Amino acid sequence: MLKISNLSSGYQTKEVIKDISFTVNQGEFVGVIGPNGSGKTTLFRTITKIIPGYTGNLLYKEKEIRDWSVKTLAREIAVVPQFLLMAFPFKVYDFVALGRTPYLGRFEMISGRDKEVIKGAMDITGCSGLRERMVTELSGGELQRVFLAQALAQEPKLLLLDEPTSHLDIGHQVEILHLLKQLNKENGLTIVVILHDLNTAGEYCNRLILMEEGKIYKSGSPVEVLTYQNIEAVYKTVVVVKDNPISGNPYVIPVPKDRWETNGRTEEPEGTA
Amino acid sequence: MNKILIISLLLVVLVGVVIICLGIGPTGISYKYLTGTDNDTESKIIYEVRLPRILGALLVGLGLAVAGAVLQAILRNPLAEPYTLGISGGAVLGVALCLIVPFLAVTKFSFPLMAFLGALVSVIIVYVITSRHRFSVSSLVLSGVILSFICSSLVLLIFSVSKPTEIQSMLFFLMGSFATIDYPIIKVITIPLIAGVLTLVFFSRDIDVLTLGDEKASHLGIAPHRVRAFLFIITSVITGCCVAVSGMIGFVGLMIPHIMRSIVGPKSRNLFIASALSGAIFLVVSDTLARSVIAPAELPVGVITGIVGGVFFIGMLINAKNI
Repeated sequence: MLKISNLSSGYQTKEVIKDISFTVNQGEFVGVIGPNGSGKTTLFRTITKIIPGYTGNLLYKEKEIRDWSVKTLAREIAVVPQFLLMAFPFKVYDFVALGRTPYLGRFEMISGRDKEVIKGAMDITGCSGLRERMVTELSGGELQRVFLAQALAQEPKLLLLDEPTSHLDIGHQVEILHLLKQLNKENGLTIVVILHDLNTAGEYCNRLILMEEGKIYKSGSPVEVLTYQNIEAVYKTVVVVKDNPISGNPYVIPVPKDRWETNGRTEEPEGTA
Repeated sequence: MNKILIISLLLVVLVGVVIICLGIGPTGISYKYLTGTDNDTESKIIYEVRLPRILGALLVGLGLAVAGAVLQAILRNPLAEPYTLGISGGAVLGVALCLIVPFLAVTKFSFPLMAFLGALVSVIIVYVITSRHRFSVSSLVLSGVILSFICSSLVLLIFSVSKPTEIQSMLFFLMGSFATIDYPIIKVITIPLIAGVLTLVFFSRDIDVLTLGDEKASHLGIAPHRVRAFLFIITSVITGCCVAVSGMIGFVGLMIPHIMRSIVGPKSRNLFIASALSGAIFLVVSDTLARSVIAPAELPVGVITGIVGGVFFIGMLINAKNI
């Protein structure tokens, strides 16, 4: 679905993504992890044409991203942002309905079919009860579901999410990720999500891409990527990796800095010496 | 509340206000014109003095309110209006140029054109400066303020080299007034103004999307810079038309959309239609007050909107939650 090879991209003054290659297949649930500034968001911004220029190949459905128009691309790829600054108090329903924009001509009104799609998107994300509320007065968890509903109203084939859970408590985090898992399994939606929390990433994603300074450090299943060697090397932090006793997936526990000497391990993590 | 009901109500009020204000003037209040009158002087006053002013105030109120609403939306700032961005200032400078450039002074119809050009040049300057700052709201507002300042200085420069008799009519422009209006100029501005407002209504979904920020707009399939540039041009057309007939009338574009947003919500299509109607109502009433409170003399309508708008603005700042 998404085929990236030797991709480099960034801003006028600074190249952020350096020669990366990976593929996302139809139906995958891929997590992108890595420290702040490792190029995760820039990668998303390149895929969605926010950053206009890139070198290398960035193919969506066998066609270079630069050859897609923003409008047709918006029918294929939807993005859930971490946060949106709401300038005006739109009703939730009107906000979600804007997800139909890529399908509507300038003189066209919302049709019955559009209304069905909007209703479906609101039902699946549990926003139907918020319909008449204003987006400016929602809680973090509600707002994130409303963003997701708008993205689903675009009927995307690929859904990109940029840290959708970083403002949420653990209960709301699981709620959102569970919803994504459902959409992935039941509706066959391909999902790529940037996550800060390594443990939820390991629990919910089929595959993880660990980025470091604009490059892919390691890509593979959670078990392959979430090893203490990888995490210590990339995050420059001592951690312990164990298995979740219920799901069997790896989870990562940070070790306090003053205990790094006495943690029983002999080797120092790279870059901390 | 039902939006269609509110909009119909505003429409009824507008028609009522036009009928009532036609009967009010320095010669007294009389509604004989409604039943038909044989008195020539009276019908002359109604149709040749009051009606053009009322039509002018209606069109300008409508135009300024919608221009304010669209600027607030695309700049994501509830304080934006043609004046804040220096668009009105540029338009007035364009009109003032007619005073000293001989071939422009030939006909009054050079006013709308020069006002539009002045507005457009202002917009382009603001656009060029702020594109270097990724169109941040603070850079837009700041460059607008500075531009207004430069424009008004240039207008004063033009005044200082003009004959006192010419300055007299220009003073009305600086204060905002419908005293010099007549049918020919109304005919000139009506079509571009109405066409501009209708274009904005057709772009209302794009404008809604732009209020979510450029990145989200792109994700929803709207090319933000291109659409915004186009909307700025349309806004310049509307502002140019308004300034050409009435000069600088402040606060209508700020106050009306702000009130209407709290009644019909921020959705652009409803907001534009409601703002257009209530802007028209507000300016027709204000101008009727302007020409009748100290009759037979009259106030510039800009003074009235300035006082009402200024008080509103202070109230808004006192109760400010999110400015």
